[in-house]
Amino acid sequence: MSVDLSQFIPSFLEESFEGLELMEASLLNLEAGDHETIHSIFRAAHSIKGGAGTFGFDSVTEFTHLVETLLDEMRDGRREVDPKDVEILLNSVDCMRILIEAARDKADYDKDKVTENTHQLEETLANVLSGEVTADIQDPDDAQNSSKKTYHIIFIPNHDLAKPGNDPLFLFGALADLGELTTEALTKELPALSDICPQELYLSWHLTLISDSSLEEVKEIFEWVEDECELTITQSEASNIVAEPEIETTAAPSEENTEIVTEKPVEIEEANTPPVKEQLPEVAKEQIKSKTKGKGDVGSIRVGVDKVDNLINLVGELVITQSMLSELGSDFQMDKIDRLNSGLEQLLQNTKELQESVMRIRMLPISFAFNRFPRLVHDLANKTGKAMELIIKGEQTELDKTVMEQIGDPLVHLVRNAADHGIENADVRVANGKPEMGTISLDAYHQGGNIVIEISDDGAGINRDKVFSKAVEKGIIDPNSTLTDPQVFDLLFEPGFSTADEVTDISGRGVGMDVVKRNIQALGGRIQVESTMGEGSCFKVNLPLTLAILDGQLVKVGSETYIIPLISIVESLQVDDGLVNRVSGDMALYRLRDENVPILPVYQLFGLSTEHTKINNALLVVVEADGQKVGLMVDHLLAQQQVVIKSLKENYQQVIGISGATILGDGSVAMILDIPGMIQMAMGHAQQKRHLSHHHDTEQPTNGIKELH
Amino acid sequence: MDIQDLATDIPSQGEHTVEGIDFITSGEQYLTFLLAQEQYAVDILCVEEIRSWEQPTKIPNSPGYIKGVINMRGVIVPIVDLRLKFSIGEASYHDTTVVIVLTYQTDESSRTIGFVVDAVSDVLNVEATEILSSPAFGGSIQPHFIEGLINVGKNVVTLLHVESLQQVEKHATNS
Repeated sequence: MSVDLSQFIPSFLEESFEGLELMEASLLNLEAGDHETIHSIFRAAHSIKGGAGTFGFDSVTEFTHLVETLLDEMRDGRREVDPKDVEILLNSVDCMRILIEAARDKADYDKDKVTENTHQLEETLANVLSGEVTADIQDPDDAQNSSKKTYHIIFIPNHDLAKPGNDPLFLFGALADLGELTTEALTKELPALSDICPQELYLSWHLTLISDSSLEEVKEIFEWVEDECELTITQSEASNIVAEPEIETTAAPSEENTEIVTEKPVEIEEANTPPVKEQLPEVAKEQIKSKTKGKGDVGSIRVGVDKVDNLINLVGELVITQSMLSELGSDFQMDKIDRLNSGLEQLLQNTKELQESVMRIRMLPISFAFNRFPRLVHDLANKTGKAMELIIKGEQTELDKTVMEQIGDPLVHLVRNAADHGIENADVRVANGKPEMGTISLDAYHQGGNIVIEISDDGAGINRDKVFSKAVEKGIIDPNSTLTDPQVFDLLFEPGFSTADEVTDISGRGVGMDVVKRNIQALGGRIQVESTMGEGSCFKVNLPLTLAILDGQLVKVGSETYIIPLISIVESLQVDDGLVNRVSGDMALYRLRDENVPILPVYQLFGLSTEHTKINNALLVVVEADGQKVGLMVDHLLAQQQVVIKSLKENYQQVIGISGATILGDGSVAMILDIPGMIQMAMGHAQQKRHLSHHHDTEQPTNGIKELH
Repeated sequence: MDIQDLATDIPSQGEHTVEGIDFITSGEQYLTFLLAQEQYAVDILCVEEIRSWEQPTKIPNSPGYIKGVINMRGVIVPIVDLRLKFSIGEASYHDTTVVIVLTYQTDESSRTIGFVVDAVSDVLNVEATEILSSPAFGGSIQPHFIEGLINVGKNVVTLLHVESLQQVEKHATNS
């Protein structure tokens, strides 16, 4: 029977990436003599090897086999856990990731790295052979293992053992490799010929194995089938009889439990779609990105059962409310109005809760984005030779999946900067009276409808004067300008800006901070810097919780309703005529305290007709984007509400100045304003006005006919 | 109403076959509609639904023939007035003014757009061989919108090319 194995590949990949992450996290926490952890690392490698073998990813299997061998030696105590080996293993995890990704995309991979790592592994393994002799003498267990033992194995497979592709013959072959094997097949369960189903297995076996292998090794052979059979292994000669199934059932799960509790509590169980692309070389990363995109972005989310149950409960309540309302409606009299009202209230409540629950499904704990940082900081510490530790707080803070995927790279960049530019060398730190070990901390928490991620370090802080002079040197600012500290720090985000005296391969090329800022802004977020010389810096990233829902201020212009994202609103005010100045060719400026804010009449920008064309006493919504404040002139301010963002691009196209549309309570559509777009649009208008000043009155309201060429 | 009741209703209606209408047809079916007094047709498989006219929400700085967008069961659907797009007749909105919502599916995406027309008239069965090529003279409609002409009795119906109709021209903010 042939089974299409390819359908299982995605889940294999997912599990493998999870396994790799587990290996990585465990390796970072690995201490000598910590057998539990080594076991869990070994198991992860072993499953990857097994899975890769099944799907014919030979490169993965071969490489993982080496890793497994090394781990096996550590597991058996034949080898001490050496930091150098851990380093090699960490690199091996990277290689496995590269290989698996290459296998997934059927693409080429960084062969040099893998070959180098293979050599390292082989070298380490070869070293042990010489050391093994001594280990054998030292270790009483091993000494015992080397004597011949007899194992009696009763192997009663389930009838459907063969269905997942297991073949007892392979098992026996593997056992025979360990030593002298005698098999005896028990045929008592064999049904009459007419009743035999060709896909089922009716035999059971009694095996006797004389071997010098350890019980572990014998057990390992049955690892793939242990859930699908009754297995009893008894060991004679050593006179202590081990009842195998008991050990199996008690040992294995408890290991797993403790490991989950100690490593990372919920995230493994909850939902792990590992964003594991970041440690790759830049080029490879881009390739993979474009590839995964090409496959049609059908990401999957693993959702905790509790969340789904909650959703089902809510739907149940909704159905009850609905039936109550429809019963009420079928025979309605005015005296039942109270019941109708309470029913509607209930409906409102249900809908709200349902909305929240559905949104929560897209929410993942931010530990997904944070998980990679222990490794990153570990590597950076090695590379820079600076002692530093990473403190992660608030990793259970939940964030929308889409936001999470896109925030990873900017965060990596910020952490790198902190490690490279922030933390000083140990001697400098000691001289400044700071602990030798530098600290980088990542913190996430909710604030209002936003999530705030703080990346802070206790390093040197940002040198204000250096930034300033650099900016002058690069011609970004005027040497005579006076800037506040935040304004100076904002210069860091200018394209092509870098203050590092020497460019390291970690950071300092000045391509980055501007990209970081742009990425964060693309997510509707903001980034701020706080820094004190000598005490450290803190980058604060402020992100919306979700991209699908937005807090908006509804405004009216002419007959149209627009939504201004609340996050970009600075304040709303009524224009005081005395504060309006007309400058440089009919540009209206509003004096807001000591700032001059240009006034943009929305009706002009969008070509609408309205009665409210006078700036005097008009309503001004002051908004900010890219550090530029403008006052949008609107007719009326309406309510504030949460709106669901719908794309205009789906059936139409991107419209300048509009980021999307939404559906209001009355079923009508309202446009959501895109503040940066509007500012650009206004700039474009102004330019055009300058160039074709005699032409600008041909701009027509949208209801006028305009033919396209 | 119970589904069983419906099931008994249907055959009783079906027994009175309407004369002159071929229920079993070969060839393709086309929906015809009116713009001014002229007849036009589109592939019926693209027709999502036919709606009555409602005032859409304007899209800022869009060409005049794009009337705006409407909410069609949670989907934002742009509305194009074909009379303005083709410069036929006058764009007036009455009770009989209808919007034909067309969905055109390509391999990767599908796009749904509503088109304002004067009235919907009929469904035609047309063999591929009955579709005639349009003379190169052309009227006010750009030739790439026209797939061909169909003779129906004494009248001629212009068959429109849905894929081209669904293309949204990039509109500059200031043209």
